[in-house]
Amino acid sequence: MDVILLQLLNGLDKGGAYALIALGLTIIFGTLGVVNFAHGALFMLGAFCAVSVQALLTISKKVKDESIKFFDAYKEIPYLEAWWGDTGAMIIDYAVPISILVAIPLMLLIGLGMERGLIRYFYKRPHAEQILVTFGLAIVVQELIKAQFGANPIPTPAPEVIAGSANVGLWVGLGESVVYPWWRLIYLAFAGVVIASAFAFLNLTTYGMVVRAGMADRETVGLLGINIQRRFTIVFGMAAVIAGLAGVMYTPILPPDYHMGMDFLVLSFVVVVVGGMGSLGGAVLAGFVLGILQSFASMNEVKSILPGIDQIIIYLIAVVILLVRPRGLLGRKGVMES
Amino acid sequence: MTKSNDSGVSRRSILKAGTALGAGAVIAPTFFVRNAWAEEFRNNPGNASSVKFGFNVPQTGAYADEGADELRAYELAVKHINGEGDGGMLNTMQPLMLKGDGVLGKKVEYVTGDTQTKSDAARASAKRMIEKDGVIMYSGGSSSGVAIAQQSLAQEMGVVFMNGLTHSNDTTGKDKRRYGFRHFFNAYMSGAALGPVLKETMGTDRRAYHLTADYTWGWTQEESIKNTTEGLGWETVNAVRTPLGAGDFSQYITPVLNSGADVLILNHYGKDMINSLTQAVQFGLRDKQVNGKDFQIVVPLYSRLMAQGAGANIKGIYGTTNWNWSLQDAGSQAFVKSFGQEYGFPPSQAAHTCYVQTILYADACARAGTFYPPEVIKALEGFEFDGMGNGKTLYRAEDHQCFKDVLVVRGNENATSQFDLLEVVQEVPASQVTYDPSIFGGELGPYKV
Repeated sequence: MDVILLQLLNGLDKGGAYALIALGLTIIFGTLGVVNFAHGALFMLGAFCAVSVQALLTISKKVKDESIKFFDAYKEIPYLEAWWGDTGAMIIDYAVPISILVAIPLMLLIGLGMERGLIRYFYKRPHAEQILVTFGLAIVVQELIKAQFGANPIPTPAPEVIAGSANVGLWVGLGESVVYPWWRLIYLAFAGVVIASAFAFLNLTTYGMVVRAGMADRETVGLLGINIQRRFTIVFGMAAVIAGLAGVMYTPILPPDYHMGMDFLVLSFVVVVVGGMGSLGGAVLAGFVLGILQSFASMNEVKSILPGIDQIIIYLIAVVILLVRPRGLLGRKGVMES
Repeated sequence: MTKSNDSGVSRRSILKAGTALGAGAVIAPTFFVRNAWAEEFRNNPGNASSVKFGFNVPQTGAYADEGADELRAYELAVKHINGEGDGGMLNTMQPLMLKGDGVLGKKVEYVTGDTQTKSDAARASAKRMIEKDGVIMYSGGSSSGVAIAQQSLAQEMGVVFMNGLTHSNDTTGKDKRRYGFRHFFNAYMSGAALGPVLKETMGTDRRAYHLTADYTWGWTQEESIKNTTEGLGWETVNAVRTPLGAGDFSQYITPVLNSGADVLILNHYGKDMINSLTQAVQFGLRDKQVNGKDFQIVVPLYSRLMAQGAGANIKGIYGTTNWNWSLQDAGSQAFVKSFGQEYGFPPSQAAHTCYVQTILYADACARAGTFYPPEVIKALEGFEFDGMGNGKTLYRAEDHQCFKDVLVVRGNENATSQFDLLEVVQEVPASQVTYDPSIFGGELGPYKV
């Protein structure tokens, strides 16, 4: 029972990340009709917002390191710590939460810049060309990040106060042995809040209603005198913010490196396809379902019966679902169909 | 009446002289000319004023930082061989034939390649170096799968390959090659070195759970460490293979929590090790008490670059390394000084092994008096040297594996500098990690190809 609960939490956690990336992907596809292979790069850029904020907060003065005799080496003491002591150290400790505030406007700007500067020229081009250009963009972005930050993962820990684990077992009456990292629980809650906010925005606001109308029939909305293109641009920015926030929050779980976007991109596309192209609900549902199945497939009991199942489960499920429901779990007729 | 021979030249003496000349003509190529085999081998530099080495390292991909450090070391080694800079370990190596004027009077040049940490890319890059750039030797490291692929190519092409960082037993075991040499230690040695320290610090009644990278290095390390720990009396609860580059290891770590294990052994390297260790700590494993004992994590193969990535999570965790910059012997200090002055930070163990391998190859050519690979190989086989940072070292002829002291290290709890991440707990003597070469099988293959 303990193991099942833990794997369920793992699955929800992983599913949260998949759902957040897939949500942005499917919003962009649903509104602009663009297959955005650079979406993983936006997730990675979000994570590097946290790295950059941490680097900014730890700008240091160099003090000669007397312990090293062989060559001139220097110790780095962050200015914040030198000026404000423990308060400075605490600010550095909260680098990841602080970077959320930085990531929102920054990712919005990056999203808008990307859409205006490149993506809009490819609206009417075939999907294959969209894939090529966005994939190329993703490679450029990740190589730039590598040139600046190196190839090694960079540790960006959660604040000390929540660095440990929560006694989840006690909450559900399973005893003290079932623990789960606080930050992963926070990530799960965060994913829930972001997904709920995106749905609320698109379903409960007039702005969202117009966007949805544009998704259904772009021409008619345009004929009503609404500049739907501008709204779509803003929606692209919003999708970039969602991906970026998913990346920022993921940094304490997985120390970021330049390749993390690509690692998530392929899985997120599978999630979008399984959920149904252009379906927001489908992306979220598929994200969580596939995350949970992937976690359960990694259990030793399962692997002893089906060796290697943990590495193929997502693709296997995708095949089965697409055979049974060719448009995905919640896919609509006519999307990406001639 | 006899006819005198006024010229003093008899038919007999002409015959004698003719026979001697004939014999001389047959013997001369191998008797008077030392480089008699000069024309017979690939990329023979002949009368050229320079000779070219190839450095094939991961310049992109997950091990790019390690590859960059290896490249720095290679460049430094070439400088020192050519007589530039302060000479580094050329001042401490014993015995030494190099004179700081290149190799056999030829300046060393080099070309670089990118392995991308992929076997096929590494082979393609190495082949290009051999066929297009005409390298006489190539070297590089950071993955055993890649190293083994390059070593096989070396044997096929007849060009010596000096392995950089590769830790799998297979490199000098079942996949060893006459044209491949490894200075770096291996998984067996890690196990043999760690055993006594684990016994002393964790006792003999432990239950271990392995998470293992699913490729040649991971498999051999798991096997070696299991042999060691089971020899101590530990029980192996489970050994789970994880895909290379899994990223999120949470689904592999959670089963450890309730498995009854009280030690987690991470047979991971590079990015995988950083991620799995970080996540294991997040899941509270280090704060756990199991079977009445403190839960422990062991990382059998450590590197300083990895320790940087894992941050504070590395503190107090045991493992082994081939070399560490904090060593106080003259060779290590000379190398750290050269490297530090050149680049502003100390070298990694990957940089150290690559530097040493380049010097050893150049010195072997000088001792052999030729670049002809079979003679260079013979000069390296069974070669004993000192002053290169690991004490007295033997390049064993039977498997081309170096035998030297191995370092057991622990993540430093009280680092005095940003580089002071690993604390050397014990320098395990070479005799304690030496093994019979036949246990891993394999055939070196012929000298002439």
